[in-house]
Amino acid sequence: MKIFIVPSIISHRLQTISVSAVFLSLQDCTFFTRKEILRLHGRYHELAPHLVPMDYTNDPDCKLPLALIVNMPELKENPFRNRIVESFSEDGMGNLSFNEFVDMFSVLSETASRELKAIYAFKIYDFNVDNYLCKEDLEKTLNRLTKEELTPEEVELVCQKSIEEADLDGDNKLSFADFENMITRAPDFLSTFHIRI
Amino acid sequence: MRGRDTEQKEGTVIERKRRGGKGGEDEHQEQEKEKMSYRPGMRKERRAGEREQRIIKNQKEERGTRRSREKLKNEIRKSTREPESLSPEELEKLKEAVDERKKLIQGLRGKPWSMKKKLVTLRESQEFVEKYEGALGKGKGRKLYAYKVMMAKKWMKFQRDFENFKTACIPWEMKIKEIESHFGSSVASYFIFLRWMYGINMILFGLTFGLVMVPEALMGRPYGSIPRKTVPRAEEASAMDFAVLWDFGGYAQYSVLFYGYYNNQRAIGWLKFRMPLSYFLVGVGTVAYSYMVVIRTMARNANESGVGDDNSFNFSWKTFTSWDYLIGNPETADNKFASITTSFKEAILEEQESRKDDNIHLTRFLRVLANFLVLCCLAGSGYLIYFVVRRSQKFALDGLDTHTWWERNEVNMVMSLLGMFCPMLFDVISALENYHPRVALQWQLGRIFALFLGNLYTFIIALMDEINLKREEEKIVKFNITTWEASLYNSTVSENSTGPPITIQPADVPRGPCWETMVGQEFVRLIISDTMTTYITLLIGDFLRAVLVRFLNYCWCWDLEAGFPSYSEFDVSGNVLGLIFNQGMIWMGAFYAPCLPALNVLRLHVSMYLQCWAVMCCNVPQERVFKASGSNNFYMAMLLVILFLSTLPAIYTIVTIPPSFDCGPFSGKKRMFDVIQETLESDFPAWFSKVFSSASNPGLVLPFILLMVLAIYYLQSTSKSYKEANVELKKKLQTQNEENKKKNKRAALKAQMDLEEARKAASQTAEQQKNNNASLQDQEGETELCIKMKQDVFNHGMKRNIQCKQKTK
Repeated sequence: MKIFIVPSIISHRLQTISVSAVFLSLQDCTFFTRKEILRLHGRYHELAPHLVPMDYTNDPDCKLPLALIVNMPELKENPFRNRIVESFSEDGMGNLSFNEFVDMFSVLSETASRELKAIYAFKIYDFNVDNYLCKEDLEKTLNRLTKEELTPEEVELVCQKSIEEADLDGDNKLSFADFENMITRAPDFLSTFHIRI
Repeated sequence: MRGRDTEQKEGTVIERKRRGGKGGEDEHQEQEKEKMSYRPGMRKERRAGEREQRIIKNQKEERGTRRSREKLKNEIRKSTREPESLSPEELEKLKEAVDERKKLIQGLRGKPWSMKKKLVTLRESQEFVEKYEGALGKGKGRKLYAYKVMMAKKWMKFQRDFENFKTACIPWEMKIKEIESHFGSSVASYFIFLRWMYGINMILFGLTFGLVMVPEALMGRPYGSIPRKTVPRAEEASAMDFAVLWDFGGYAQYSVLFYGYYNNQRAIGWLKFRMPLSYFLVGVGTVAYSYMVVIRTMARNANESGVGDDNSFNFSWKTFTSWDYLIGNPETADNKFASITTSFKEAILEEQESRKDDNIHLTRFLRVLANFLVLCCLAGSGYLIYFVVRRSQKFALDGLDTHTWWERNEVNMVMSLLGMFCPMLFDVISALENYHPRVALQWQLGRIFALFLGNLYTFIIALMDEINLKREEEKIVKFNITTWEASLYNSTVSENSTGPPITIQPADVPRGPCWETMVGQEFVRLIISDTMTTYITLLIGDFLRAVLVRFLNYCWCWDLEAGFPSYSEFDVSGNVLGLIFNQGMIWMGAFYAPCLPALNVLRLHVSMYLQCWAVMCCNVPQERVFKASGSNNFYMAMLLVILFLSTLPAIYTIVTIPPSFDCGPFSGKKRMFDVIQETLESDFPAWFSKVFSSASNPGLVLPFILLMVLAIYYLQSTSKSYKEANVELKKKLQTQNEENKKKNKRAALKAQMDLEEARKAASQTAEQQKNNNASLQDQEGETELCIKMKQDVFNHGMKRNIQCKQKTK
């Protein structure tokens, strides 16, 4: 990752960037410092140099498509990369503006709070976007995690046990309250739900 | 971090209060609409609908915030004309408003809003604060807050770097992770155990090398200066031969590697290093350190297994928190997928095992039968070993040349055959018992351990016989030396009455048989042969077999990979026992051969690499992948037993047998521990030895022992009572959880039924009221309100139950 940063920093220095008020206000809206936001802008620009402007004073409205973002080295190996990008996009299709891009990495950074991460984790694992983690969502999650190496009976057993463990209101699916109750007790949630950029 | 959380919470509460107006209601109604309009199977439509709704929501939000902004502006314009002309209450209100805004800004990061909303809110709040802060005084807190945040970040970064450094220092971590992901935690536990042993042996090596071998090599008399340090004239010719060196004779024998080389000079070098004292204390220290480490590890494992046993969300946590989002490398990702799959399979197996309910009586009968068979087996092999050892002692008395090769090597052959066939027999018998694989492994380990104790017994008997033989020889040599010296003296006197003193080459002095060096040599030879056997078995049994199966498969009639012989599985029990017994040998022999820990470090190092390669290359994962017990206390317990058993012979020889008269650091003393007495008398002040001798008075020692026994009994009984209390509390928690769940389910069902009834009632009244238009709207509104209230009550009750549950947990 460091190899990527050096040329982007150089290209930054060569062109004159006007550090717009938007960048500075992003500092207050995310868990990043000014330096990190500038670095993120470099990464965002790298993804599509001809689309992303260097000058952000006029608050341009450019969005990068899902396919470009999902190829970043930090996301490439993640089985949930599509869902992650979709959860942070405004239109739900995975097209991220720079603000949403920064927001995504801010929530996934080390310093984000547990509650915030739980909210977005719920969104990510909710494949059919119905505000519940039903059995199909769990099955999809499991199949992506194990690359479909478990037999259908085993998948069934695991999904059933998971719902049994976490479901509090007895509707056979996990609402956000159930999910939050379960995930805040998990010892390695904070350390695994974390992307470093 | 905690401060920020509470700030965020306060921010949200205050925010909600402020948004009490139209904005809040809009959102609530929208949520309702979403819930009511859910229909399964209309995902695409829903997505499009969602998009539209989201756009509408955003517009509404903007309108809402614009509205609230304007409202606020109007309010402030009404109330404030100039900053000075504010009344104290209005000033207070303004201050409060500014504080709220500030808190909102600080807590903005943690809010799950969209970026657009966050940016808009931020801009407004900043404008507000800037505008009205002037009225109240300068805002100082910002810089301090920024500094605090920066320091917190730097501290976190430092902590993270330190953790990374610490983990990077642990050797072979990646190797073991790779093995764990492919073979499961039981195979990996062997390698973790190996690495832990390596650590212990490094410390032992440090002690013996630094405090015993190096001082003697640097500061003691050099090679060839005194008889004990020189190769005897008779052996000089063959001293450099490889065969002799491989057998640890020749130059290897007369070096710092063995006991016999050390001089009994009380203090050596300019440092006045007390060599004999150091030798003795290092010997005691290695044993003491090993005891301490093993017991401490057992205690730590016991603690961990008790506390971290939270199984309440096992599968959920595995599903949602097992993927590591930091992974960016495709190979690591593959390993992680494999490890997650293995972990799921392990958990599924545990679940299935816990669900099995068998016929208890049949199982018990079978288990008793199996144990009886195993006991017969062990008794038989024990008697066989005893018989064979007796026979070999008789043969030794007769003289070894009069017997055949078999009779000469009978003991070794019997031991090897027993070691090969009995474990297989135990394996077959254990099929009767039908235990969980982890428990079956422990039984197997215990049985093979008992078998190998017989091995140990023969070895020690053989060694004691040899020692007695050497001591007899020593008496003869002592007698011979007096006659030899007398003859030398006589010959000189007869030649020259006032001649120069006779200088005799050290190599020519007749030497006593040094039984301690012999013991050390035996141990070293045993370790070497053990190592060679292990490696050769590995190469032939695993590697050659894998190669044959792989390449002969192309031209063989049946499928070699699926049927016989197929690839081998990693034998966890055999390897663990080998490791433990090896360590026992080290502990037994380290006093007589200070080079043993060094040898063992080398051996473990090579073993690690060789076995890691062999496992990944030639073995297949076991069919039933089970989770090794996280505590690993079973291996520790066996290690402790072996440690105790191996220090017994060493202590016996130190305390009862007098040291050789012409070799080693204790030569000339009556008993080896006399060196302590000597040090106390000469090196410590006079009162110290008085105190010590009075302390070793039996009148003091016996009460002390009694006190310790009482303390042990008391501690054991309290720990038992704590464990029972722990189990009781866990049971209570579990039953309470189940009750809560049942209550919630009942409440949910009831609320649902009420909701249905209310809806039915509403639809009925709606139909009725279609005829009467006058009170139509009122009543609809009322029933709508009723439904909403019921929904609210339902949600509220849910939340309260969840909170109760959280509290009890």
